[in-house]
Amino acid sequence: MSTPPPRQGTRPVAIVACAQSKSERRIEQANEVELLMPVVTEVYANAGMTKDDVDFICSGSTDYLIGGPFSFVTALDAVGVWPPKAESHVEMDGAWALYEAWVTLQEEGKDVALVYGFGKSSLGDLSRILALQLDPYTMAPMWPDQVSLAALQAQAMIDQGLATEEDFARIASRARHNALSNPNAQVANEKTMEELMKDDYAVAPLRRHTLPPLSDGAAAIILVAGDRAYDVVDRPAWITGIDHRVDAHAFGARNLAESRSTTKAAENAGVSAGPVDIAELHAPFAHQEILLRRAMGLNESTVINPSGGPLAANPLMAGGLIRFIEAANRIMDGSANRAVAHATSGPVLQQNLVAVLEGAS
Amino acid sequence: MADPTEIYTSPHVLEYPYARSTGPIIGAFLTALRDGKIVGVKGSKGRVIVPPTEYDPDTAEETSGIVDVGPGGVIETWAWVDTPRFDAPLDTPFAWALIRLDGADTAMLHVVAAPTSDVVVTGTRVTAEFRPAAERVGSMHDLRCFVLEGK
Amino acid sequence: MAAEETAQGPVTMLSTPIRLDYNFTAGVAQSKSLRGYAEGRFIGQRCPVCKKVYVPSRGSCPKDAVATTEEVVLPNTATVTTFCVVNVPFAGQSIEIPYITASILLDGADITFMGLIQGIAPEDVEMGLRVEAVWVPKEELGPTLASVKYFQPTGEPNREVSTFAEHL
Repeated sequence: MSTPPPRQGTRPVAIVACAQSKSERRIEQANEVELLMPVVTEVYANAGMTKDDVDFICSGSTDYLIGGPFSFVTALDAVGVWPPKAESHVEMDGAWALYEAWVTLQEEGKDVALVYGFGKSSLGDLSRILALQLDPYTMAPMWPDQVSLAALQAQAMIDQGLATEEDFARIASRARHNALSNPNAQVANEKTMEELMKDDYAVAPLRRHTLPPLSDGAAAIILVAGDRAYDVVDRPAWITGIDHRVDAHAFGARNLAESRSTTKAAENAGVSAGPVDIAELHAPFAHQEILLRRAMGLNESTVINPSGGPLAANPLMAGGLIRFIEAANRIMDGSANRAVAHATSGPVLQQNLVAVLEGAS
Repeated sequence: MADPTEIYTSPHVLEYPYARSTGPIIGAFLTALRDGKIVGVKGSKGRVIVPPTEYDPDTAEETSGIVDVGPGGVIETWAWVDTPRFDAPLDTPFAWALIRLDGADTAMLHVVAAPTSDVVVTGTRVTAEFRPAAERVGSMHDLRCFVLEGK
Repeated sequence: MAAEETAQGPVTMLSTPIRLDYNFTAGVAQSKSLRGYAEGRFIGQRCPVCKKVYVPSRGSCPKDAVATTEEVVLPNTATVTTFCVVNVPFAGQSIEIPYITASILLDGADITFMGLIQGIAPEDVEMGLRVEAVWVPKEELGPTLASVKYFQPTGEPNREVSTFAEHL
């Protein structure tokens, strides 16, 4: 086996096992621990490991979804932290927890990390919660909802001649078709672009089908550094490039129809250094797929969101990590050699994380 | 006996009565709103940022120099809301919009009141409509909305 | 009105109250404990690996990371592992100060929870004090820990600290 050399860092790190819950609109029968526990149990089983094999634990979640402080501390009940474990948490999508774990595994002696993200969008009013990530003086007091903000971005793309409403519908049609073969998806169906164009506007120019579903869900990944990865799986998904960048928080000061942070992150991750077989893009709104694809310079040969993507299932704080899972699964099963995983956080694609995953040649 | 399979759920309300210090730059912006005006601040290369920030969002350089902008401006992009949410600034159909005020180099998020969606398009000129002076306290809500210029 | 009073000076503060409405769900394990309170009894769960009993349980053993599915009904009797004397008044306080808040270890449980101690002078409380739960009248029982009015001494001799040191 010839492990592909990483562009960043000195130790190669691979995704070797994944697990995710089926996304659902409201999982009432499970609290956060009960939502997470089966997923963590499954990822340990998939890796043939126990909690004692793990050197570092990192998670992504946000307390505002639950309405209780330090909920990530409670959630640790699901992962087993005794004897005392090295553990960390980010109030970001689990994909950023993966980034922190990747950094941590650069250190000799730390070889295995558990990464997870979880979120229940069903407990509160997601639009209101997400308004709180906006500028607290000049934006949040007006409670702009996330759909309206996404619609501002979609309209900017239309005005700049980058996309049409039919393009948005085509993406939604393909996403829900792809989701038919994804057992964890929440929205899966066969509807043509023409049928979808009959939908009402949620907020013009975004019709209902261009919006992600509200999802409850959790996802987990095991990362392993170095050749130990081959002990777990024949074909680990090596993270050969990874970077994350941020755009201005004041989105009135940037061109909403482009994503300079995605472009920069993709350059640093080395997206264009080889052909990209598949890309899992964390584009919760249909138009954002076009925007991200342009920002990364992905061409027609790349299959986008074969899982259905966030238009089919989008548990907040896990949706980005699920992109890593879907991309890694296709490397591990041999159906792709080189894949891109992308995650976003913040209002209208403010923060973007891009990684290249590769199988050994 | 209680139902052995019942999953208990409960309404739960979280409230925080935050009071935020404005600092001099945002303070100047909110003071201007209370006085029925809109101001921005000069950032790197003299570009005018509205709403003003203490730093240039692109260069992180400190900003300085409050300047008047508006009250007219141009819609840079918009989103038409047919059914306003309970917490929306207006309770009749309206547009969220990014508005580049005259004299500004960045756009500000606010709402545009218009009779129908078809009159709100990118490039449309709008002007600020303030609440009466007695109702203004130094907040984004001092600006009731923007309306189409000359209408 | 406030606006007129401050009309001359610069704005230095902004009031930004937020309100978020949730529909909290307790999940399976916590619902079991809550149902227990409504029935006037403590219901915990046992870890299949280390056999420790958690009350209330969130559905997992935090040590072994496995689901706790075996239900355990626990008695009303308990030991005070540690305690404090509350002398500070605060908003919403419903009991006269000083009073005792204690870590309560139910007999057969491996985790403590906070409880109010009544029926004993604060200066007489010691670690190891034996207590029992006093529930509200049956018609007032509900799926809440408030169904337990307080814990009161049983009159048994105090337990040696060494017998519950692991739970401190």
